[in-house]
Amino acid sequence: MLGPVDYVLVFAGFAVHVCALVCLLRKRAFAQHFTLILYLCFSIAVGIGRCSVQRTAGFTSDAYLYFYFYSDALTTICLYFVLMTLYAHVFSEMGVSKQVRGGAMLLLAGTAGVSYYMVAASSDRLITHFVVELGQNLYFVGVLLTYLLWGAMVKLRENRTRLMQIVLSMGVYLSLFAGSYALGNLYPKLPVWHYLYPLINMWLPVSWTYTFLKVPDDARIATARVLAPTR
Amino acid sequence: MIAGLIFAVSIMTLLQFFVSYSRSLIAQSQGHELSEQAREICGLTGEAVTVEQFRRLEQLIALCPEPGGDGFEVRAVATYFRLVSLAHILLSWAIPSAAPWIEAERGGCAHAAAVVLDRRIAYSRMMLEQQTNH
Repeated sequence: MLGPVDYVLVFAGFAVHVCALVCLLRKRAFAQHFTLILYLCFSIAVGIGRCSVQRTAGFTSDAYLYFYFYSDALTTICLYFVLMTLYAHVFSEMGVSKQVRGGAMLLLAGTAGVSYYMVAASSDRLITHFVVELGQNLYFVGVLLTYLLWGAMVKLRENRTRLMQIVLSMGVYLSLFAGSYALGNLYPKLPVWHYLYPLINMWLPVSWTYTFLKVPDDARIATARVLAPTR
Repeated sequence: MIAGLIFAVSIMTLLQFFVSYSRSLIAQSQGHELSEQAREICGLTGEAVTVEQFRRLEQLIALCPEPGGDGFEVRAVATYFRLVSLAHILLSWAIPSAAPWIEAERGGCAHAAAVVLDRRIAYSRMMLEQQTNH
C-alpha cells in the first residue's frame, strides 16, 4: 500500500518530466536534442505504466517488480542513445559518429551478455537477480561512457556550456544510480531505496530544465574554469 | 565484491561530476559585476564577497521573489558549498595545503550566491516599478 509521501513522489516525478519536455520543445530543441526528448517521453510512459501496474497488481507484487526493473533497464538503454548523441555532438567535427554508434551498441550487447553470464553462473539462477544485476551493470557502463566522454571534452577543450552541463548532469545521475543499485544489491532490505530511487529519478529532468531555461545555446565557458578552482 | 567495487567507483565519479557540475554553474556568474544596490543590501564593503557572508546571502535570497528557474541553481550551489565546507573540516588538519583551494571554492560559491541575489533584487525592483506605474 502506498502512503501520501509515495504519491507526492510519483506526482512530482511525473510533473518534472512533463515540465522538462515542455521546456525542451519550447526551446526548439527537437532536432538538435531528439534523444533527450525521446528519453523524457519514454520516462513519462514508463511512469504511467508503473502506476497502472501498481493499481492492478499491487506494489509488492512480482508483476510490479518485473515491470519496474525491466522498464528501468529500457530507460537506461534510452539514456545510452542520449549518450551516443552527445558523443556525436562532441566528435561532430571528426566525422566518427558511425564508429561511436557501433561501439556503443557493442558495449550494450556486451553488458547484457556479461550480466546474464554472471547470474547464470550463480547457484540460485533467479531471473529477478538478473534484472537487478543488469540494471546495476547498465548504469555502471553508463558512468564509464560518460566519464570517457567528459575526458574527451576536456582534452578537446569543448566550451559549449549547454553540452557541458548536460554531460555532467548525466554523469551525476548515472553515478547516483549505479552507486545506489550496487549498495541496494549489498543491502536490499533498507527502506531508504523506496524513497531514494524516485528522488534520483527527478535529477535529470530538473537539471535539463535549468540548462535549457537559463543557459543560452551560444553560451561558452572555458573548460579550465570547470576543472580548476573558480577564483 | 563486484557490487562493492561498483559502489566505490560510482561514489568517486559522482563526486567528480558533481564538483564539475557545480563549478559550471558558479563559473557562469564569475564575470558578473555586482550592482551598488546589491552591495549595499548585502552589506559588502570589500571588493570580493567573503565566505562568511554565504549564509546571510542565502537568507536574503530566500526573502526575495524568484524570477523563475534559479531556485535549482541556488540549491545546487548551497549543496556544493556545504560539501566543500565539510571537506574543509575534514581535510584542514590532514592536508593543510588544500586550505587555499577549499577557500577559493567557497568564495566562488559566495560570489555566485551574491549574483543570484543581485538578479533577484533587480527583478523585485522591476516588479515594484511596474506596480507603481499601473
